[in-house]
Amino acid sequence: MAKQLIDQAAATLPADKRVSVYQSTKATHEKRTKLLFDQFNDPDLLRQRAGEIKQHVIENLDTLLPAVEAKLKANGAQVHWASTGEAACEAVLRIMQAHGAKKMVKAKTMVSEEIELAHYLEKHGIEALETDLGEFIVQIDKDHPSHIVRPIIHKNRREIATSFEREGLGAYNDDPETITRRARQFLRHKYLEADVGLTGANFVSVESGRIVLVTNEGNSRFSLAAPKVHIALVGIEKLVPRDRDLGVLLNLLARSATAQQLTVYTEFISGPKGATQPDGPEEMHVIFVDNGRTEVLASDCREILRCIRCGACLNVCPVYRQASGHAYRSVYPGPVGAVLSPLLAGKKFPELADLPKASSLCGACNEVCPVNIPIPDLLLRLREKGKREGAPLASVGTPPMGAWALMASQPTAWKAALFGGKALNYLPTKLIPVPALRAWEEKRALPAWRGGEFRKWMKQRRKS
Amino acid sequence: MSNDREAILGRVRAALAPLPQRAALPDWERELVRMRQMQGASDLTATFCARLKGVNGTPLQSAAELADLLAKNQWTRGYCDPALLPLLGAALAGVQVETTFDRTRVDDYAFGITRASAAIAETGTVVLTDGDTSSRLAALAPWAHIVVLKRMDIFPDIPAALAALPADPNIIWVTGPSKTADVEGILIEGVHGPGVQAVLLVD
Repeated sequence: MAKQLIDQAAATLPADKRVSVYQSTKATHEKRTKLLFDQFNDPDLLRQRAGEIKQHVIENLDTLLPAVEAKLKANGAQVHWASTGEAACEAVLRIMQAHGAKKMVKAKTMVSEEIELAHYLEKHGIEALETDLGEFIVQIDKDHPSHIVRPIIHKNRREIATSFEREGLGAYNDDPETITRRARQFLRHKYLEADVGLTGANFVSVESGRIVLVTNEGNSRFSLAAPKVHIALVGIEKLVPRDRDLGVLLNLLARSATAQQLTVYTEFISGPKGATQPDGPEEMHVIFVDNGRTEVLASDCREILRCIRCGACLNVCPVYRQASGHAYRSVYPGPVGAVLSPLLAGKKFPELADLPKASSLCGACNEVCPVNIPIPDLLLRLREKGKREGAPLASVGTPPMGAWALMASQPTAWKAALFGGKALNYLPTKLIPVPALRAWEEKRALPAWRGGEFRKWMKQRRKS
Repeated sequence: MSNDREAILGRVRAALAPLPQRAALPDWERELVRMRQMQGASDLTATFCARLKGVNGTPLQSAAELADLLAKNQWTRGYCDPALLPLLGAALAGVQVETTFDRTRVDDYAFGITRASAAIAETGTVVLTDGDTSSRLAALAPWAHIVVLKRMDIFPDIPAALAALPADPNIIWVTGPSKTADVEGILIEGVHGPGVQAVLLVD
């Protein structure tokens, strides 16, 4: 039987990468669980409430989006809309060109990965430098991130040291502290040279028109201190109704992502710098990106739009732990990716129709999800969609069910099978002529065949 | 672009139209998000200092302690918010202090001293705003950031701080020194921001 693509990827993953992915995901997951349950009286209720808040948001986007637009404009930000990834890239380029800008420092944003913004800008003669340490390493290696929160979970320090040496960032040294210091020294001058700082947004409060960014390294903060223009790329689903709702979501996000109470920096940005502030952007642009999200909203899988990109489902998923992120062939790996990527793919759905099948449906992803997304249900709905639309990849790795279907739909065949099953009870298994099979049988007690009892019971019941 | 706006909102409306009813916005009690250890915590300053240490931050109880910290690390040159000079002048006597941050000499500053707007006890977080921060870069680029916090400005928890967010374009909650675990999951502090995050408590 043909193997699923994800099985093939898992089989070819080098052993040391498998170990590093497995160990780090497991450790993060265990820390997360301990922290949540030690610190809150009712972490499950907290998850439910967070899910309800986000579900409210996605089911009321028609009123919340214009409301947040008005608030952002009132705060002094300029608002743009982008239907597709291409439109979003063009919008960024237009803003850069309006300022004659050639250099951008980029904080980590999943939307920019989704729309391949850095490549697009490079093609148009703009240096778009990743500033998150992991993303920076991914960029100089021309690699792809393999985890939503830990982009280089698949790399070890020796590979990184080799890359740094190649890029002229000092002689080979694989001490993580030295690696970090060298990146710090190189990037701080890049912030100061850059014309534009680009970030994403973890949340946008409709009530106050504040963009909320959470980071640990301080790179997004630097991108909002040195350059003169700030661009925020925001998926249209990122809203929260009120500032106070951030209390629920912020409490869950860092704990779920990295087992911290809060990330080091939680930034609330509502516009260009203050009048007396010497540094900071003079202009703030917010680009709301659709890029397939409205199609997801129209589907029966809209719950996936609750996702706050914490990566907890990746860390707990037995499939992700074995296969790592690149096996998912898209920017969103793991259980969330298995749902989101095929949906966001639009017409290219058939190319990713196998992802929803790469799951044991064990339910662990739903159990950890801070916004309580029923991921296993969504995977089943997508499997059905794949079958319904006849996507060839939707059947790879599935045993053919033709013979079973034939037997189950013909009463005579079914009865014969039941009779044959009963006959097995009287088969002299002790006399099997193959020694190996006999040895196997001797160590085991085969269960007695009990098929057909239900029909008998049903017949009796009708008589009486 | 305006076409994109109409297209997106049109598709959103079309997608939501078939819903028989919309999910309501849940109401929730503040107790839900309050950490267990905070229930019954009365001394906010002590809690804040303990939590700050928990995230590898450095609480300082007096200007003398600040002077010791600078001397011990041989941080001889840095930035100080001019408004703080009357308060800290004596403590900074032995070091070279500038009151404007020159971005062309970003590597010359070992420390930056600025004002905090508030703090959150439950998480050891300090709140910085444009309104009180004299220079965003001075609070970020030097290796050591020392922030001066009034004890009366400490909130008990996250919901209290959220309820009192000031009208400011740039509010930053800082919880300890800048850090990463990108390389093999090993924790390294001082990535792009400060490697030392100190908080000087004053009345």
